Amino acid sequence: MNLTLKIWRQKNANDKGKMVDYQVSDISTDMSFLEMLDVLNNELIEKGDSPVAFDHDCREGICGMCSLYINGEAHGPGRKITTCQLHMRMFKDDDTIYIEPFRAKAFPVIKDLVIDRSAFDRVQYAGGFISVNTSGNTQDANSIPISKHAADEAMDAATCIGCGACVATCKNSSAMLFVGAKVSQYALLPQGKVEATDRVLNMIHQMDAEGFGNCTNTGACEIECPKGISLENIARMNREYLKASLKG
Amino acid sequence: MSGILSSSIGRKFAMSISAIFLIVFLLQHFVINILSVFNPTVFNQVSHFMGTFWLVQYILQPILILGVIFHFVMGFILEIKNNKSREIKYVKNNGNANSSWMSRNMIWSGLVILSFMILHFIDFWIPEINTKYIVGDMSGMHNGEFRYYTELVEKFHNPLRVGAYCLAFVFLALHLLHGFNSAFQSIGANNKYTKGINSFSKLYAVGIPLGFIFIALFHHLKQNL
Repeated sequence: MNLTLKIWRQKNANDKGKMVDYQVSDISTDMSFLEMLDVLNNELIEKGDSPVAFDHDCREGICGMCSLYINGEAHGPGRKITTCQLHMRMFKDDDTIYIEPFRAKAFPVIKDLVIDRSAFDRVQYAGGFISVNTSGNTQDANSIPISKHAADEAMDAATCIGCGACVATCKNSSAMLFVGAKVSQYALLPQGKVEATDRVLNMIHQMDAEGFGNCTNTGACEIECPKGISLENIARMNREYLKASLKG
Repeated sequence: MSGILSSSIGRKFAMSISAIFLIVFLLQHFVINILSVFNPTVFNQVSHFMGTFWLVQYILQPILILGVIFHFVMGFILEIKNNKSREIKYVKNNGNANSSWMSRNMIWSGLVILSFMILHFIDFWIPEINTKYIVGDMSGMHNGEFRYYTELVEKFHNPLRVGAYCLAFVFLALHLLHGFNSAFQSIGANNKYTKGINSFSKLYAVGIPLGFIFIALFHHLKQNL
């Protein structure tokens, strides 16, 4: 396949940045999208140009590092996949592909397609954990009865890899699907109930402080989420927050 | 409880409560208006009751006005805040791939509804308040009979006004198609009843505005054909 790539290039956080056109040829349909970018970068390096910076790590859809906005969609066309799981068979010969970084005020661009998602880390630090004694006498988790339904829902919420596709795709750059998943995975389990009030209040406070927008329930986040995190988690977070606000 | 309205979820919750209140009001408004098609006498009696009963006039009407103002003002505040959360827009964004036009354009359908409400207030509410509380005529009568039905029919004589009303109700339908079930999601009501709420919301969102369009066209065509 021969393709035209329109890629966001930005030297550093302070640079204005712009879209730059590149041509790539002889791209195999069996290549992953990131392998196609590797081919482009090899060509750029051979020419003495600066390669396109982009995030990636496991390339197995687990780590949540890859974060490209491809042809107007987070992680590109295709559902329940990360950018690294996107393959070139999804495109046609002579296609023009737009590649941009995930955009949000809370996710500033560091270079080219690499963004700073440490806002998610700070939301997690604010309450996305449980406090347990790890001095060697921790209770066996299997001795705590948990219903299959609650365990399944908690597990579904816990599959969030924190890639930021929800923020990127939301017209308001809202992080509520991410925070909803993190709140839910603990709220559903007995171990998480002890700190439930503080957790949701602190995480929402931090989420707002980071500059994420308000959720308007477009549902785009659920559609583009590579792990299929459900909007039910946002509703649960809303309930948890209202409960906690009335208590606290 | 402190600071709940300064948080993103608190604002969502308040927006939803005002939306649900307005949805209930709209249904009540429709039920009274449709009476004008089937029974003008009953329409006049109900209108007079609503226009003179103290609970409606001095308690419910101010709550309704506050609800409307709150919903619009909060809508604008949220829109401005949300726009600020992404300073650099995407060069290519395929919103149709993952969300409905209605859900992405609530501010625009809301602005059309706001424009309509200004026209509606000029047409009905301001003259009504003037007659009752400035002139001091609480009788509801004109030339020996209730004036409500006659006033309604007169307003629907002008085809431009009828066209404006119909257009506004199309945008109301678009607004409700997203806003109705969105309000329930925001208050945390995503559960086993969600499918039922979604189906009912679609029925309501299309049915009620269509009913208002029918009323406007009925009175227009009745006097112009």
